[in-house]
Amino acid sequence: MTSASLSESRHRVLGLTDAEYELICQKLGREPNEVELAVFSLMWSEHCAYKHSKRLLATLPTSGERLVLGPGENAGAVDVGGGLAVAFKVESHNHPSAVEPFQGAATGVGGILRDVFAIGARPIAVLDSLRFGELSSRRSRYLLERVVAGIGHYGNSIGVPTVGGEIYFEGPYEQNCLVNAMCVGLVARERLIRSAAAGVGNVLVLFGASTGRDGIGGASVLASAELGEADEAKRPSVQIGDPFEEKKLLECSLELLERGLLVALQDLGAAGLSSASSEMASKGGVGLDIDVAKVPLREPDMEPFEIMVSESQERMLCVTEPEHVEEVLAVCRKWETHATAIGAVTDSGLLRVLAGGEVVGELPVRALVDDCPIYELTPARPARALYAAPPRTLEATDPGGMLLGLLGSANLASRRWAFEQYDCLVQSRTVRRPEQADAAVLALPGGSAIAVSIDGNGRRVACDPHTGTLEAVFECAANLACVGAEPLGLTNCLNFGNPEKPHVAWQLAEAVRGLGDGCRALGIPVVGGNVSLYNEGPQGPIYPTPVVGIVGELPDAARCAGIGFAREGDVIALVGSLSPSLAGSELAKLRGEPLPDGLPALDLESISVAHATVRAAVRSGALRSAHDVAEGGLAVALAECCLAGGLGASVDLGAVEELDVALFGEAPGRAFVVSGRADALAELDAALPLGTVRGDRLAIATGVATALDIAVTDLARARAEGLPALLD
Amino acid sequence: MKFGVIRFPGSCDEVDAQLAAARVAGDAELLWHADRDLHGADAVIVPGGFSYGDYLRAGAIARFAPVMESVAAFAAEGGPVLGICNGFQVLCEAGLLPGALLGNTGLRFLCRQVELEVETADTPFTRACQEGERLSIPAKHMTGRYWAPEATLDELEANRQVLLRYAPGENPNGSARDIAGVSNAAGNVFGLMPHPEHAVEELTGSTDGLKIFQSLRDHCDERLAV
Repeated sequence: MTSASLSESRHRVLGLTDAEYELICQKLGREPNEVELAVFSLMWSEHCAYKHSKRLLATLPTSGERLVLGPGENAGAVDVGGGLAVAFKVESHNHPSAVEPFQGAATGVGGILRDVFAIGARPIAVLDSLRFGELSSRRSRYLLERVVAGIGHYGNSIGVPTVGGEIYFEGPYEQNCLVNAMCVGLVARERLIRSAAAGVGNVLVLFGASTGRDGIGGASVLASAELGEADEAKRPSVQIGDPFEEKKLLECSLELLERGLLVALQDLGAAGLSSASSEMASKGGVGLDIDVAKVPLREPDMEPFEIMVSESQERMLCVTEPEHVEEVLAVCRKWETHATAIGAVTDSGLLRVLAGGEVVGELPVRALVDDCPIYELTPARPARALYAAPPRTLEATDPGGMLLGLLGSANLASRRWAFEQYDCLVQSRTVRRPEQADAAVLALPGGSAIAVSIDGNGRRVACDPHTGTLEAVFECAANLACVGAEPLGLTNCLNFGNPEKPHVAWQLAEAVRGLGDGCRALGIPVVGGNVSLYNEGPQGPIYPTPVVGIVGELPDAARCAGIGFAREGDVIALVGSLSPSLAGSELAKLRGEPLPDGLPALDLESISVAHATVRAAVRSGALRSAHDVAEGGLAVALAECCLAGGLGASVDLGAVEELDVALFGEAPGRAFVVSGRADALAELDAALPLGTVRGDRLAIATGVATALDIAVTDLARARAEGLPALLD
Repeated sequence: MKFGVIRFPGSCDEVDAQLAAARVAGDAELLWHADRDLHGADAVIVPGGFSYGDYLRAGAIARFAPVMESVAAFAAEGGPVLGICNGFQVLCEAGLLPGALLGNTGLRFLCRQVELEVETADTPFTRACQEGERLSIPAKHMTGRYWAPEATLDELEANRQVLLRYAPGENPNGSARDIAGVSNAAGNVFGLMPHPEHAVEELTGSTDGLKIFQSLRDHCDERLAV
């Protein structure tokens, strides 16, 4: 075999196409050596280069009055007044979690935390968006158990509260579970730091854990290709997390910034040192020399290419001026964090990799970061349904039976089993805990607060990628409105199948269009995000799952409504125009109905009015509870208000055409169930009175007829026992 | 008076404890684990978290921290020491409190608001409470099942060293005899698994935990006056 054909077969193993390899040779003017090829293969992977999604992402709105940091930095940030900014980002760790759920989820949390403290912000909250196959599958139960344990292990140990999230169970996630973690951080604006390396002669310091062989090729092998049958063998590509190391790294990084010692800071995530260093060099328009012989190793005899691509966790890279190196090292010693000067900033425009005195790789930074080919997608609307109808699991046909069935179903049952495994309180900011309100609320200094929510119903996006994604954006914003918060910025994680397939490309293109439309309607920018493609196996793609996280602000932390009906005798009303439909609903799923082709359109103007009405009424204190009507429709929303408040309700919907539709039809993001004093509600625009908070039963009538009448304790039992029963 | 709150690498709730203490006393300072000087603290809090990653066993490494030598000496002279969650574990490991904390019977981390009953109110840590009073305070831990030999438990009860119990049906971790917090025989060292520092403001849940800090402040003020 000639050397050329040897390296050609190597590039394919590393995930590069022949054309990409040709282009690399052209950029270098020669064939890459082993180190260079390893670095290129990662930097040009889908995970790092966004080569199938970049064009679409460029259509998203990314500017706004309150924007402080937008896409391209480690995390985005918005201004929340008082000299403070809130940083946030969501990222996926899907493929690692499918292979090794505990460590995959744990390091997913670890990675997103580092993204946030890499810009100088203290992480103050984590939220998670999880998707698994149906709980009838043993594998899904195992993945759920271990993912939740992994998230808890990392977040709890590092002292950042997990304040919210969502979990859905759907057949198409059976082989490809989704683990998206969002982190929110708080930073004084003047402490924000960027990742751009600067100052020729400045020193590059690597600090944190030592470098091992774990996670080699994670970005290219795991994150940028479909998972197949033999994925057990990929387990060594999953990194192992150590939250204690990260806790020290976090405190150490923040102290370095507080002392004003750093020029630039960057975390090491996917593609390890390769990505961190080339991003820093690219943003600063400089070159970097890195001596891999100086990198502290976990095991001896690692090859230079292994050191450059290792994804060992809990590491940061910083640039400091030569006169500050000693103090940087001293701060790191204080926190018992290993730190080593491993290189310097140059004006060469090259990432030069040295091993002792020898140059083992010379890579033009621009070629690595900017010259990866960008691919046009070839979207085509699928001619036939892509997804099988879910199995029928609900036999009840009476409204009461259907309500109890919905409340106990996997997607709607109480998440207590999961969220009790997370510390939601540490740092003393949590004003609303899970299940108390539709969004998590975190108090800020000075009495104001931020609210955060994360949403994305993949099944509805599968029915209609554009409308389904718009719904996800508006449902997330509706959750914020319920606590009186105004959206400031959005982060997203686009979880899709293989974009090289036209039907997946169509889902992706339509979803991104919906995301952009939603952001423009709300007047908020996308501050950053992440794309996770190739979530598909031999059974086909996952449901297209854009997960959106929105951060909003509210002026008075003490005036955020909860979900629960609060006082006997309060009036219950509906705000917003609810034109429910069973298309794509939870009830349709439980009845085993196939996914419809298309969802009812949204009237963006009336939705905005409804959101503004609820937000203002919560802020003024006119409402004692607010809850958006989402999965399971109006009946489930009313039941949830009863359950959260421990009070019953008597509601009359008047004459309805179809009872099932009126009770359980869905129209996410569009309408709210609110309660308050009668006189306060009478002043509320477009509030349709539904009934009264009363007693210990939920009774829903349609004019003279009683649709259902159930004791709140029975509703509570159904919802509380749902998940534990399915897990047994 | 002045509170000192220890900070180990891996402490998570030390700033929360500092803020809670500062609500009742003017002064609350973080004490670095490697520094033997308690900086004139009149009461010491060993906070929650995962000191040194809780490697080996929860609290097992922290007990060897330099600052713990000073805490032991401070306690031997009658100085009040409050251990919360991981701090309780550390104090048990250090032999400053009887018994041990084992893994929750549910084998999982559990974060939940729990109801406690004040069993003994004439102590430096509970004097602002009434005997039999209920406190609503969150608990959050994976290793919180209080255990001691039966004879020791009998002794603790006889000596009135059980200051707090989980209310009936509220025991989240399988603790022996529903014990949520115990003191040493001298009464000046107290450990509990629930987090009073996370129950100091209505906005974030409840204010019942303040009573523990107020008790400690009043005790110290009295001690200083003497």
